[in-house]
Amino acid sequence: MSFSVVYDSSLDQELMRDHFMNTLTDLMDHDSRIVAGDADMNITLCSYDKLWGLREKYGDRFFDTGIQEANLVGMAAGLSLGGKIPFIHAFSQFITRRAYDQIYLSLAYAGLNARLIGSDPGYTAGYNGGTHTSLEDIGIMRCTPNVTIFDVTDGVMLESIMRDTLEVKGVIYIRMPRKLKMAKVYGENSKFEIGKANLLREGTDVTLVASGIMVAKALAAAEKLAEEGIDAQVVDVVTIKPLDEQCILDCAKKTHAIVSCENHREVNGQASAIADILARSGIPAAYASVGIGERFGEVGPMDYLEKTYGLTIDDICKRTREVIAKKPKEKRDFYE
Amino acid sequence: MESSIAEMKELAIKIRLETIKEIASLGFGHIGGSMSICETLAVLYGGELRHDPKRPDWEERDRLIVSKGHSGPAVYAALALCGYFPLEMLQTLNRPGTRLPSHCDRLLTPGIDMTTGSLGQGLSVGIGVSLANRIDKRDSYTYVIVGDGELQEGQNWEAIMTASQMQLNRLILFCDNNGVQMNGRTKDINDLSNLPERLSAFGWFVQSVNGNDIEQVLFAVRAAKKENKRPCAVVLNTVKGYGCQYALSQKICHSLPMTQENVQADIARLENELYGIRKG
Repeated sequence: MSFSVVYDSSLDQELMRDHFMNTLTDLMDHDSRIVAGDADMNITLCSYDKLWGLREKYGDRFFDTGIQEANLVGMAAGLSLGGKIPFIHAFSQFITRRAYDQIYLSLAYAGLNARLIGSDPGYTAGYNGGTHTSLEDIGIMRCTPNVTIFDVTDGVMLESIMRDTLEVKGVIYIRMPRKLKMAKVYGENSKFEIGKANLLREGTDVTLVASGIMVAKALAAAEKLAEEGIDAQVVDVVTIKPLDEQCILDCAKKTHAIVSCENHREVNGQASAIADILARSGIPAAYASVGIGERFGEVGPMDYLEKTYGLTIDDICKRTREVIAKKPKEKRDFYE
Repeated sequence: MESSIAEMKELAIKIRLETIKEIASLGFGHIGGSMSICETLAVLYGGELRHDPKRPDWEERDRLIVSKGHSGPAVYAALALCGYFPLEMLQTLNRPGTRLPSHCDRLLTPGIDMTTGSLGQGLSVGIGVSLANRIDKRDSYTYVIVGDGELQEGQNWEAIMTASQMQLNRLILFCDNNGVQMNGRTKDINDLSNLPERLSAFGWFVQSVNGNDIEQVLFAVRAAKKENKRPCAVVLNTVKGYGCQYALSQKICHSLPMTQENVQADIARLENELYGIRKG
């Protein structure tokens, strides 16, 4: 797969929800297998008039269960049995936490196909507050076979994975900040591969391994660190599950220092997944994580929450300095 | 396959007989809820279900989702009798590496349309299948069998609302109203009496029949197929363990240890019934 990096701190022209809705309806126009299901939340993705216009246009293919996430997931399983490719959406905590047994049994265990769009993950829940904050959805989904997890980095990635994974079997869970214009990271026409991480910036001192909204921050942190003489490389994991084990090992061998950056609780999230790989490998590497600790979410504007949870560019820089101080003093030749 | 009522009655006995032998060969299993739906399975596999054992993946087939997945043993017996796999395979129930697990699994068993076992999920899946059929203009029916105890799961009531809202008239729900769940009688635990009235109140076309009577079940299915707007429910008033004296003699028969010796008399009686039918 080929990709290009255009990161320069500028923002995308479109909100993520617009990327999502435009791509979804374009796919629906060209592929009769695609159906869209929702649990009374489409209004958070588009206007009232657009929503009811789409219901009029697509009929049964654009359905709404009302506030019923469990039933929505079960229906997706049935639609898959009937040969359809369902895209179903709800806030990320509802589509995972609330309907997990349905995801587990009716979809994953039964070997059926569905795309689950979880909007507003982690701190992007913002003013909806702690009750609506999903800090454990990756953990829930990660421990289930037949599940692929994306935390989208920008609009280019979102559109690409929606279009290019239609023939992929199983459950694909997509974490999507809804009402943001994300920083532009990838050039148009970039393509992504499940289980294949992207090395976005080369470096020799440390590797920042990031996902989703944290990728652009890791790139910004690498620029700041360069001013201090720290040469950081940056990796976008693309899929948190399956995680590109070979890439993590290559980074550990090269830089002997890794910092995981994720918009999720560290426990059972990307931090745990990378720690697993490193611990099993025996490769000496200092390791730290920028993620959310043992706490629930809270309410507030996103910039407040980002700071409160410790997910800022400065937090990445701080952790990186700490991890470099802990790097193994001697490199072992046989790992090189 | 078009069968006469007499042939459906014969099929019900065969399903019951093979299910008892299947569970007894293992020595334990979910006998109660398997026995109570034998007549329903005979009506479906005896003619009302559009299917083809040679083409389990036929797109135009009707689907059967046995949401009370623990009744798998009876469904397996029906599938074997239809020719989906050899009857001898029934002896592999729950044995290591089997294709016939305790609860239904679409990836393992030819003819099983959906994986079930965590109760309360099958009706939502049935709605999805029914909606896919309507989108693609297929005239196939979707049948779902739930237990009465299973209806205590809230997801069913989400699905019952939605099926009605969507006017899925080609969705036919059987409620195996046998009145007993694992811990005792449903009415002593979380009462489901007035089930027909409850379903009617949700906008369904409801029929309440003796679920262990072939003719009543058959006529209810045929009446359901004439409904052109509402989803259809058939409340099957059944006896848990029906037709297996050994199971009926126990206080609770949801799942029982069951040796060949325990059911020798039941097997002999059912074989005699079959012999009598064949003799005419």
